[in-house]
Amino acid sequence: MSSTPTVVGSREEPRGAAGTRPAVPHGRRRRRTLNPSQWTALGFAAPLLTYLVVFYAYPLWRNIDLSLHDYTIRAFVQGDAEFVGLENYAEVFSSSTFTTALVNTALFTIGSIVFQFAIGLALAVFFRSSFRLSNVLRALFLVPWLLPLIVSASTWAWMLNSDNGIVNSVIQAFGGEQINWLTSPDTALLSVTIANIWLGIPFNLVILYSGLQNIPGEVYEASSLDGAGPWRQFWSITFPLLRPVSAITILLGLIYTLKVVDVIWVMTTGGPGDASTTLAIWSYREAFGTGMPSFSPAAAVGNLLIVIALVFGFLHLQLQRRQEAS
Amino acid sequence: MTTQRAWWKTALGVFFTLVMLFPVYWMVNVSFTETRDLRSSPPHWFPWNPTFEGYEAVFAQQLPALGTSLLIGLGCVVLTVVIAAPAGYALALLNLRGGRTLNFLLLVAQMIPAVVMAMGFYAIYNSLGLLNSVGGLIIADSTIAVPFGVLLFTAFMSGIPRELLQAARVDGAGAWRTFRAIVLPMSRNSILTVSLFAFLWAWSDFIFASTLNRNGDLIPITLSIYNYIGNNTTQWNAIMATAVVASIPASILLVVAQRYVAAGVTAGAVKD
Repeated sequence: MSSTPTVVGSREEPRGAAGTRPAVPHGRRRRRTLNPSQWTALGFAAPLLTYLVVFYAYPLWRNIDLSLHDYTIRAFVQGDAEFVGLENYAEVFSSSTFTTALVNTALFTIGSIVFQFAIGLALAVFFRSSFRLSNVLRALFLVPWLLPLIVSASTWAWMLNSDNGIVNSVIQAFGGEQINWLTSPDTALLSVTIANIWLGIPFNLVILYSGLQNIPGEVYEASSLDGAGPWRQFWSITFPLLRPVSAITILLGLIYTLKVVDVIWVMTTGGPGDASTTLAIWSYREAFGTGMPSFSPAAAVGNLLIVIALVFGFLHLQLQRRQEAS
Repeated sequence: MTTQRAWWKTALGVFFTLVMLFPVYWMVNVSFTETRDLRSSPPHWFPWNPTFEGYEAVFAQQLPALGTSLLIGLGCVVLTVVIAAPAGYALALLNLRGGRTLNFLLLVAQMIPAVVMAMGFYAIYNSLGLLNSVGGLIIADSTIAVPFGVLLFTAFMSGIPRELLQAARVDGAGAWRTFRAIVLPMSRNSILTVSLFAFLWAWSDFIFASTLNRNGDLIPITLSIYNYIGNNTTQWNAIMATAVVASIPASILLVVAQRYVAAGVTAGAVKD
């Protein structure tokens, strides 16, 4: 048995085994550098550390590099892009699209989060008390979340189609007028927000539901003995006790929604005009959406997006830490 | 009284579920609708005369794309587990120095928008000649899953009793053997959860596919659907049939591995 480790053990093995032996000479070396078990730990983490440097840090660095140079397709191929400092950022800030994209991002994000959370919470409370089929139905609610985004987005695009969509057909059956959901500047952003709310409900439901499971049933029993009705119970027990989980759900939702590209791109490509262009869509369109890619402004917008995401990200970490402390 | 109430709740629950899943039903319905009925008004609510022309088109044209997606998904699973599982071990059980910082970096990594990563990868792949390659796409797709995987493995492996590791050590097992013979088998469920998400995310990815693999010979199914929409907007039955087929892995996983899905969604968001 003792011979097998040397076969499979790779480099870490002798060091790991050395730790078990009461070997005195090791004591000295340990003080000078990392102790052997730290080397072992480092060995196991090495693939990840390499991965993070090569496939995270380096692309991000290239992205910053892109935003500080004037990269055209030609410069891309020849590698002689001119250094322009913060010019791309200035260009982005002064662009007429900037305000629209910022406002759209805010509307899209806030609209999505508010409704996803409210509906998700209502459903979580509904599913809290188990009833016949409740587990099956709750599982089915996961379906929209598991489907590839492009599948859901194209389904919504066809449902909201002006002439042949089911949504307009129902509206017209009730005597309403045809709405050009995806092609009118007034409704394009609303349409993609509705689709995104639908996509986000499962996530909110699952997290809030498991948050509810952590509230002890006795609390509810005690309150009904005191004569509290369901409405009262929700506002004085469920809602306050669920606050930490809610905060984290909302922040994760925010971070996720800021990044959304697929749904909007497939449904409206950010149009008509800039009507449904968010920051993420703007960045994607500049870099990949047109025949004439302009990577540098796109990278600048992308970096701006990172900053916004990180602000909410740190808020999330702060909250989580406080929750762990309590 | 109580049973009556339960029935009432079940009925309401079924109703909510039907409303929620209506778009999914509609996708299936349209996929069976004949091309000439697609434009009829009002639309056909049920596929009374189901046609398989949409599905015939899928099998005639989309098999390579489905194969590519499968390959990318599996490649992404392997890469993610191979990198994340040992790292989880180092973080959870080997007291890696700087572990807190690493955890923090992983959380931050999850917040970076994919569109930004796509641009960085595009610039790198462009100079390395990795654009339009399946391998390049596997690496890019894995960036979605690796941080999640490490965090999940760390969380799970922290729960493995230290006495077990101690016992293994007394029996002369080194770190590698302990990892392989004790930690990995005990982490079966988290390996499944991580694999499931790595596969689904890679399978569903559109951003990396549409930027790094736009002109490749082997394109994944998501990109194929997108190109389909661009090319023939009249054949929505074929598009929806492709969409249905593209949803099959998700549906299978939901049925087979529902508890792993729920575990993955809540991991990192809720502490119990």
